[in-house]
Amino acid sequence: MTTALETTPKAKERLVPGTPLLEVRDLHVEFKTRDGIAKAVNGVNYSVAAGETLAVLGESGSGKSVTAQTIMGILDMPPGRVTAGEILYRGQDMLKMSGEERRKIRGRKIAMIFQDALSSLNPVLSVGYQLGEMFRVHEGASKKEAKAKAIELMDRVRIPAAAQRVGDYPHQFSGGMRQRIMIAMALALQPDLIIADEPTTALDVTVQAQVMDLLAELQAEYHMGLILITHDLGVVADVADKIAVMYAGRIVETAPVHDLYASPAHPYTKGLLRSIPRLDQKGEELYAIKGLPPNLYKVPAGCAFNPRCDVATDLCRTEIPALHQVTDRDGAELAGRKSACHLWKETLHG
Amino acid sequence: MPEHDLPDDHDPLRHIQPTDSDHLDYVGQQGLAVEQDTLIEPDVIKREEARSLWGHAWRDLRRRPIFIVSTLLIILLLLMAIWPGLFTDANPRQADLAHDFLRKPDYTDFFGAGWFGYDGQGRSVYARVIYGARASITVGICVTLAVVIVGGLAGMVAGYFGGWSDAVISRIIDIFFGIPLLLGALVLLNAFSVRTVWSVVVALAFLGWTQLARVMRGSVLTIKQSDYVVAGRALGAGTGRLMFRHILPNAVAPVIVVATISLGGYITAEATLSFLGIGLQDPTISWGVDISSAQKFIRTAPFVLFFPAAALSLTVLAFIMMGDAVRDALDPKLR
Repeated sequence: MTTALETTPKAKERLVPGTPLLEVRDLHVEFKTRDGIAKAVNGVNYSVAAGETLAVLGESGSGKSVTAQTIMGILDMPPGRVTAGEILYRGQDMLKMSGEERRKIRGRKIAMIFQDALSSLNPVLSVGYQLGEMFRVHEGASKKEAKAKAIELMDRVRIPAAAQRVGDYPHQFSGGMRQRIMIAMALALQPDLIIADEPTTALDVTVQAQVMDLLAELQAEYHMGLILITHDLGVVADVADKIAVMYAGRIVETAPVHDLYASPAHPYTKGLLRSIPRLDQKGEELYAIKGLPPNLYKVPAGCAFNPRCDVATDLCRTEIPALHQVTDRDGAELAGRKSACHLWKETLHG
Repeated sequence: MPEHDLPDDHDPLRHIQPTDSDHLDYVGQQGLAVEQDTLIEPDVIKREEARSLWGHAWRDLRRRPIFIVSTLLIILLLLMAIWPGLFTDANPRQADLAHDFLRKPDYTDFFGAGWFGYDGQGRSVYARVIYGARASITVGICVTLAVVIVGGLAGMVAGYFGGWSDAVISRIIDIFFGIPLLLGALVLLNAFSVRTVWSVVVALAFLGWTQLARVMRGSVLTIKQSDYVVAGRALGAGTGRLMFRHILPNAVAPVIVVATISLGGYITAEATLSFLGIGLQDPTISWGVDISSAQKFIRTAPFVLFFPAAALSLTVLAFIMMGDAVRDALDPKLR
């Protein structure tokens, strides 16, 4: 089969930062349900290179998790269906691969970290067994080797007394420790790319920071690509290189992380940033974007955000905005910045 | 965790290497009960043993009087079924009509042939009660094993793969649900010219597997949705591994509970069939057969009926009690 699949991790060369790993092109996913067709993803484009962190930001139902599940190939089909688009992993379209080829990529080349580590670990198997399973399934390691490697991994993600705890069950670990185990599992075979679906949502704030630090540190060491799916603006600020903001199954803005925080070029992003509580706002009412997230069975015509937008015009209600290249006041292109808003100039510069 | 045993100056934080902030969550939220043991020197407190769902269930079961009583009863019944000679020297088939016809029980003759009296053919009731256990226990255990395997597999396939395989299996289950166990078994057993324990096992298992299949299917459907199965898939586990390593151990608890409880039901069904004359036949010794032949003497010699009936009830009770205890131990909601 492909050479990309056959490299054993032992002989594996370090990833060179900047190597393109994954590219999602014009992905469309919909769900057929009794109530009709829900268009969850409507033309998403993004790419990740080795050593790079892409944060995908969006509220519930914006399609960020569905995109990730489609990349992993764990979307339930039916009811889910990919209607258009490509997912290129090192230039190969994964949507055209056989089930067995995709299974070999999962875990070995692309791994995923889930939101709730407690429910993502099998309650009846010890964590050591579950970690070791990675080596037994993918590398045919013996029980003994698998256990030794599991301990090594637990050490790697800084679980204290790993050798004694390797036989413990998930419920005996705290939330932060469980998430570390999930990270260890995703990291086990040193994949090229890790997709972390809200990895810190179920954790409390101090632990969140530690888990994010650990992820960033491991990434710096192995140079893997990281897709960080989140709805938490605070989490992404420190670790991400670039951000893609999603709304109603589309990307509405992409930007290097600091540019986005400093000067959003889409009214939705602007609204999101304004709704973060700030210490100097004491006594004022907290800003909230008016209205509700769109109904995916009936996405509004034109720009999906128009019913909630303060600056929407008639054009916004009829024509879907393209993802425009954003320029500064002098018309020079801003690298990596795009906005799907007819009024991006006014939003950015006005 | 006996905190009062600790020295007064004991400070759990003392034992953490103060290297980095990482240990914050270790101390902060690791809960005292589970985590403290790793913080404390091993000689102070023995490390708590790691336990799975089954480990917990077993620990829970060992403390339940109902479980202990039913287990002892079942062990006794198993011994009776395997080595009836341990309990009696009398021959259950020896009939002396001239001397023993419906002779009254001699309650002082402990474990002797005449302890429970003699039946309408001059055979020792006590010996027949002991030897009758084998048929009932064999039918109960074999039918249960068969339905767990067949029903479990069918339910697993239906639940895991869904789609048309689920549709087909579920409709077959529905069809079988329309057939009453006893009536269906009556019809089936009529087809056998010689009816042994095994023909009864086949008939009951053939009609009984659907109940287990339905339980298994429902249970697999729930577990299949759980995050750890999705996570397993995302990390590259194949179908077989997902089904048997990740789903089965989590889905099997309700199946075990239903199987244990229905085991008693199969024993009753065998006795009922034998009573109706369509199950086991002489010379096979079975409580059902004995109850059936004892009904003629119910006014003159009720003891001939009473002892096999009591043995049957006790056996069913033992298995149902065990099923109950197992359910309580395996169901986290009842804890």
